Amino acid sequence: MIDLLIPTIISCVVAFAIVFVMTPPLIKILEKRNFAVKDVNKKENVMVVRPGGPAIIAGIIASELVLYAFFQMNEILAILITTSTAFVIGYVDDRKVMGGWFKPVALAVSAIPIIALGAYDSNLAFPLFGTVQIPALYLVLIIFMIPITGNTINSIDVLNGAASGFMVIASFSLSICLFIVQNYEIAIVSLPLGFVSLAFYKYHKIPSKIFPGDSGALTLGAMYGAITIVGGVEIIAAVALLPAVINSFLFLSSVKRIVEHRQIKGKPVEHTDDFRLKATDDKKAPVTLVRLILAGGPMSEKQVAFTIFKLAIFSGILAIITAFMMGVSI
Amino acid sequence: MKSGLFGFLFAMWVLIIVGGGIVVTLLGPISISGFDELDLFITSMIKAIVALVLVVVWILILLKIKNWIFKKELKL
Repeated sequence: MIDLLIPTIISCVVAFAIVFVMTPPLIKILEKRNFAVKDVNKKENVMVVRPGGPAIIAGIIASELVLYAFFQMNEILAILITTSTAFVIGYVDDRKVMGGWFKPVALAVSAIPIIALGAYDSNLAFPLFGTVQIPALYLVLIIFMIPITGNTINSIDVLNGAASGFMVIASFSLSICLFIVQNYEIAIVSLPLGFVSLAFYKYHKIPSKIFPGDSGALTLGAMYGAITIVGGVEIIAAVALLPAVINSFLFLSSVKRIVEHRQIKGKPVEHTDDFRLKATDDKKAPVTLVRLILAGGPMSEKQVAFTIFKLAIFSGILAIITAFMMGVSI
Repeated sequence: MKSGLFGFLFAMWVLIIVGGGIVVTLLGPISISGFDELDLFITSMIKAIVALVLVVVWILILLKIKNWIFKKELKL
């Protein structure tokens, strides 16, 4: 166990430090190049730079390379390649607006290294009931997993700090669950995701100095999905991600097709005179998690983000209970 | 509203646990033999179809629960 402690500490420090140190100069570079978008939830004409993806991927690559130097596991390589590919896909989408199908299809391709490196176990484990062997079907699950987690995190990136703050809670919950199911090595490999998210949250929280962009959100989501597969904790990970899953589910069930947010005509949320957020009655607008949170009345952006974090903590607790239930069979 | 969202989260969690039980008891034992090297392929196809049906049923149940919990808020 002591053998694992040193690489764990080094990788976590590297993950946090690189994002923490690299983001301020990245903000300056992006400001110089005028890569900024309007923060639509601010009364004043506030411009925020994007994307923060380069800082996030640098932290992930450095910390996972540290771990690879200690462990030489195919699982680490699979996570690294899949996450880096997702970053490139997101960066392309940041620079050039792509169609609604581009990200899901490209992210499906990014899952191939996991299959090629054999970094998965085709037994799907369920709490209380045991495992089911689905060798061929599991390959399909891998292909679907990365687009789902990538786009799910991307879809919750609608408020200052929401995506990074949510990822801090979800990824640390997942790490705790991996320790509970005694998958110690993958638990350690998963820790940098939480520390990278935590360091980025410092600059992303309200009022945001930088947005993660598609490159940042897809990187975080794809790494979460890759850890889920190599760790064999698909059900637990889905539970920890439930608030974001609900957001995607509500969106898709109201829009009834895969479409980019920018292509939606109706507005689910508008602003009050004092620039708090309030739900609209627009029948063309999609139903989203934020819209449901606001159904009880107007709230500030910070209050909505904190409600999302409370939901994330609740599902994190459910995920931990699920992890304990993995050891019980009926 | 917030309690409704927490309730919806909890309902989804219960559905996942119950759905898992159905998958293990229904999908797990399926095994086709007599087709030589096609056994694994046919077994996988049947499992895939059953899994897809289960996912569709799961989504339909979830939609019903969503409409029931958020009936007042979703006057759309």
